[in-house]
Amino acid sequence: MSVAGDLGSLLLGDARADRVVPPTGFTATLTIFASGAMAFLAVFAMALSFATGRLAERWEGALAQSATIRLSAPEGEVERQIGAALRILEQTPGVASARVMTRDEQAELLAPWFGPDLPLDLLPVPRLIEITETAEGFDAEGLRFRLAGEAPGAVLDDHSRWRRPLVEAAGRLRTLGIVSLVLIGGAMAAMITLAAGAALSANAQIIGTLRLVGARDVFIARAFVRRFTLRAAAGAAAGTALAMAAIALLPPAGGEASFLTGLGFRGAEWAWPLVVPLAAASVAFWATRFAALSRLRTLT
Amino acid sequence: MIELRNVGMNYGGGTLLDGVSVALPQGSFHFLTGPSGAGKTTLLKLCYMELRPTSGAVEVFGEDAARLDRDGVAKARRRIGVVHQDCKFLDHLPISENIALPLVVGGRDPQAEAKNIAELLSWTGLTHRAGALPPELSGGERQRAALARAVIMSPEIVIADEPTGNVDWEMSQRLLSLLLELNKMGKSILVATHDLTLIRQAKTKTAARVLRIRDRRVEAAGAEL
Repeated sequence: MSVAGDLGSLLLGDARADRVVPPTGFTATLTIFASGAMAFLAVFAMALSFATGRLAERWEGALAQSATIRLSAPEGEVERQIGAALRILEQTPGVASARVMTRDEQAELLAPWFGPDLPLDLLPVPRLIEITETAEGFDAEGLRFRLAGEAPGAVLDDHSRWRRPLVEAAGRLRTLGIVSLVLIGGAMAAMITLAAGAALSANAQIIGTLRLVGARDVFIARAFVRRFTLRAAAGAAAGTALAMAAIALLPPAGGEASFLTGLGFRGAEWAWPLVVPLAAASVAFWATRFAALSRLRTLT
Repeated sequence: MIELRNVGMNYGGGTLLDGVSVALPQGSFHFLTGPSGAGKTTLLKLCYMELRPTSGAVEVFGEDAARLDRDGVAKARRRIGVVHQDCKFLDHLPISENIALPLVVGGRDPQAEAKNIAELLSWTGLTHRAGALPPELSGGERQRAALARAVIMSPEIVIADEPTGNVDWEMSQRLLSLLLELNKMGKSILVATHDLTLIRQAKTKTAARVLRIRDRRVEAAGAEL
């Protein structure tokens, strides 16, 4: 059975082949509803993938290529150890820049917890050195070793401790979204295969008659393949439109939006859901073709 | 054209046909008769490959039917016109489309052959019933429509299973004359029937041979027919 012939028949249409098989209301409704529901879910899974992808990028971008040195030392030692730490940082490959945060900047950082009038001069608050890495990054273990020798009050925090699990979690969510898309496609294929099988069984007598007047399997299968592919595409188009509308109506995301309010598409990402009806049609085409060929081999 | 060689057919543990040899050359006219359940329909089904024999060989248009794949069988069936006992129409299509069905499945455009279809409808006296659905037709009309469908592809052989089984005397005469007309056009005809009157009438008009199934075998019927 030629795939090209099937595709040609699908695109150009073959009304005569269509007419020989009577319309079957039950399987038609089932196919349209199933593909619509699956498309709706697929669009949400796609939105989830995009949202988690953006989240992972944001976390990674915001926290990567930056590190902090926290320096606690007796009063007379603080400035000397800051100087030593800055010298070490200047000599460390992979460090693009390093600067000591001012008292005002530190007060601003602590303001959410202690209020704006925190007397930092009277408290033993550690001094902070902000480090910006180059694209290649630096050797954190080597830097820690040198700091321990020349500025023993300095503690390097390269953010990896809490950055890694966040990025990993976002990455896994994205993977889950992609796996969901694959599962949705598989479930749709299974459902259409069953519906096509049911339609073929329901029309066994007609298929028998067609065979007796000289119909080849390719002719019989094409009538079913075209019908199910178009139904799946129509159902999926409706499901996709509904899902896109539902996503568009979600509350808008703020600057530091939580994960849920960030669910959706941005810019060119809105074009991706349009692939869903085409993918559904493709799944239906192959699933029906498989079902038809398998079933026609068993029907006499 | 179609030849059965030493064919045996078992059904549900019993033997229906045994050692059957029949040849249907081009232009021949054969009647197949025998009591109900003797295996007439089974023998016809072996000829158009709806059944495969348990033993022996069926040769169709020079090819061993057992060696034909599904497409090969389909192509061979387009060269055989069959009038089934139950007509086997698609009830959701009007009778004109049912008649054109072999053209459609054969990849031909029925609109391009509208004249041919109209002539067949006229030949079988069904012009006024072209738009009717099969369940709306009488038994005789259904049989004539089935005959029209059987010959629309200009087959080399026409096989009819009890074509006069459900029709009155007048209609059976009409069907017989249609079959004789086809035979005069050079087509081989094989008709399974238990209507001995029909056979006798045909023998007065053509050199029809009569085959009878008796005791699971096929024999030439005697002059009593």
